[in-house]
Amino acid sequence: MFNTIFLALAITLMYATPLCFTALGGVITQRAGVDNIGLEGMMAFGAFAAAAVAYFSENPWLGLLFGGLAGAALALIHAFVSISLKGDQTISGIAINFIGLGLAIFMTRLLFNGMASTDAVLNKIPKLFKTLGVKLENHPLLHALEIDLTVVLAFILVFVVHFVLYKTAFGLRLRACGEHPAAADTLGVSVVKIRYIAVLLSGLFAGLGGGAMTLAVISHFTPTVISGQGFIALAAVIFGNWKPIGAALACLLFGFAQALTVLLTSYTALPTQILATLPYVLTLLVLIFFVGRAVPPKANGQPYFKGEA
Amino acid sequence: MKKFLSLVLAMLMVFALVACEQQKAPAEDAEADQAEPAEDQAAAEQDTPADEDAATDEEAAAPPDVDYSSKNVTMITDEGGINDESFNQSAWNGMERLKNELNVNISFIESHKDADYTPNLEMSVDQGNDLIWGIGFLMKDAVDNAARDYPEQLFGLIDDNWEDGELPNTVGVQFKAEQSSFLVGYIAGLMTESNKVGMVIGMEFPTMFRFRYGYEAGVNYAAKELGKEIEFLYTNIESFSDTAKAKASAQQMYHDGADIVFQCAGLAGNGVIEAAKELDKWAIGVDLDQNKLAPDNVLTSALKNIDIAIFSLSKRIFDGEDLGGTTVFFGLEEGGVGIAPSSDKHVPAEILEKVSALEKKIAEGEIEVPFTEDMFKAFTY
Repeated sequence: MFNTIFLALAITLMYATPLCFTALGGVITQRAGVDNIGLEGMMAFGAFAAAAVAYFSENPWLGLLFGGLAGAALALIHAFVSISLKGDQTISGIAINFIGLGLAIFMTRLLFNGMASTDAVLNKIPKLFKTLGVKLENHPLLHALEIDLTVVLAFILVFVVHFVLYKTAFGLRLRACGEHPAAADTLGVSVVKIRYIAVLLSGLFAGLGGGAMTLAVISHFTPTVISGQGFIALAAVIFGNWKPIGAALACLLFGFAQALTVLLTSYTALPTQILATLPYVLTLLVLIFFVGRAVPPKANGQPYFKGEA
Repeated sequence: MKKFLSLVLAMLMVFALVACEQQKAPAEDAEADQAEPAEDQAAAEQDTPADEDAATDEEAAAPPDVDYSSKNVTMITDEGGINDESFNQSAWNGMERLKNELNVNISFIESHKDADYTPNLEMSVDQGNDLIWGIGFLMKDAVDNAARDYPEQLFGLIDDNWEDGELPNTVGVQFKAEQSSFLVGYIAGLMTESNKVGMVIGMEFPTMFRFRYGYEAGVNYAAKELGKEIEFLYTNIESFSDTAKAKASAQQMYHDGADIVFQCAGLAGNGVIEAAKELDKWAIGVDLDQNKLAPDNVLTSALKNIDIAIFSLSKRIFDGEDLGGTTVFFGLEEGGVGIAPSSDKHVPAEILEKVSALEKKIAEGEIEVPFTEDMFKAFTY
């Protein structure tokens, strides 16, 4: 019984982690007033870069870092279009979703003899208890709960982002850019600079989310490894009311619903088609009944023109 | 400005109309043009690779009057490129064999989403192909429509079929995946130490039931032989792309005591192999030899050799056999399915010997492996 509960917990965390990284990115960029629906594409490109670098360097942490940087590189395009050129952020985001996955598959083919999937990396992101030196053979419960270190990293980052957004001057400026950029501007805050930083950070986080998928959940990049997580993370941002902790909880809820689906599928005779909808139905129900009105940052999605209030 | 734009657009549309109109006629011209150099090529071909043909292909005793180099065949992938390390790639290998051994003109069009199937089929028809292969059951509706719109064009479809004679210009290809699944199930049954084996399937429909019932029957067959009970765990994850879900399902099976899990969930199934690697258990791969994904944990794989089907059927059609309106089945006997060559790494030799004895019984029809629920229930071990 406890074994099952612990396993459910482990599955929840495994599911939630890539979402959680990406949702944090979504919170940061939207809080600064730039919509980023290109998170899915940045995740996919990050997932590829992480797997490729980890494969060639045999170092998963270096891979994860490059996954983040690859996401940030794509985010730079989005930042340039939506901040400097003041273009339509939705269109740029959609374009990035296509570019991210396309580029990832294209480069995989270049580097891996025309294959659409990379080869498996030699070293994955280590597991928590193994790293701590716990002898799992003696602890069947901990064995069920064994998680990747990316899970730990994601939850540390949730609190780091929360701290930065709410307890530092930079965080205040960033939020000001998302609520009333003109006011921030008159007080000497460089809206362009802050927004660039926020969008780049969102790409970095999405890339880390992709890397968490290819270096911890599985150990190589495939064209379908990122299939919708970026959009679920976007939903989690709204669900969590544009707050880092809220978004993380939303990801956990979604992960838990997936774990429930997996366990119910194997322990009950309920139709799998209906069970497969559970995470989405549950998310909707919680959204309807337990989360108050979602209030987006006021200036989210609007380009800032200097001098226009 | 607006007027000018609409004028330009109107002209473009007229031009497009004319362009479409023209394409049908030159297609014939092109074929006529090709016929001449083709003869040269054929002559050249007879000089060199003729004896190679005989060496590589048992059926190479081709009727000499068939000029393969005048034949055009194309394939349309389902979602995924020709290098997808899965069945599109396997199909393309078969096409390349057609080119290398018979000098057939081959081409491909990749689909990236299901909305691409119909335009890709239209394009292939316009190109003037003798045979158009659709790869994968996902394309069935699109191929069905195209076959009705172009009754003169011959279509082949991998992994699905029509009622016999329903569409006289289509050839359905089905693999007896239940046979290879039976063999890997038998291996799993003989090798399980916990007396629990599992299976993670992507979705449930008739093609997938071949895997399911074949595998379960194989496990039971081994259990009967050893005189013991083997528990069968089964999960349908309702996805071919959700790797994390496949991994979670496999983790749960391994924690429940299964020591071998067979994955039939496309790319999502990589999650099963990952779980096996992390928990140091066995996984069984599908379609291709998946041992390289986890060399120490992939016990064997149930192969589906689409290349063999594409090659031999295309050749039979070009040789003049009328397969329109039929379904062709590929099983162990035809080499269409089998177990992976890498099986000898982990499966003991004496078990492999038993497997090949069983393989022979199936190929000879002594054992008819079940592929539907009713057959499975009626199957006697």
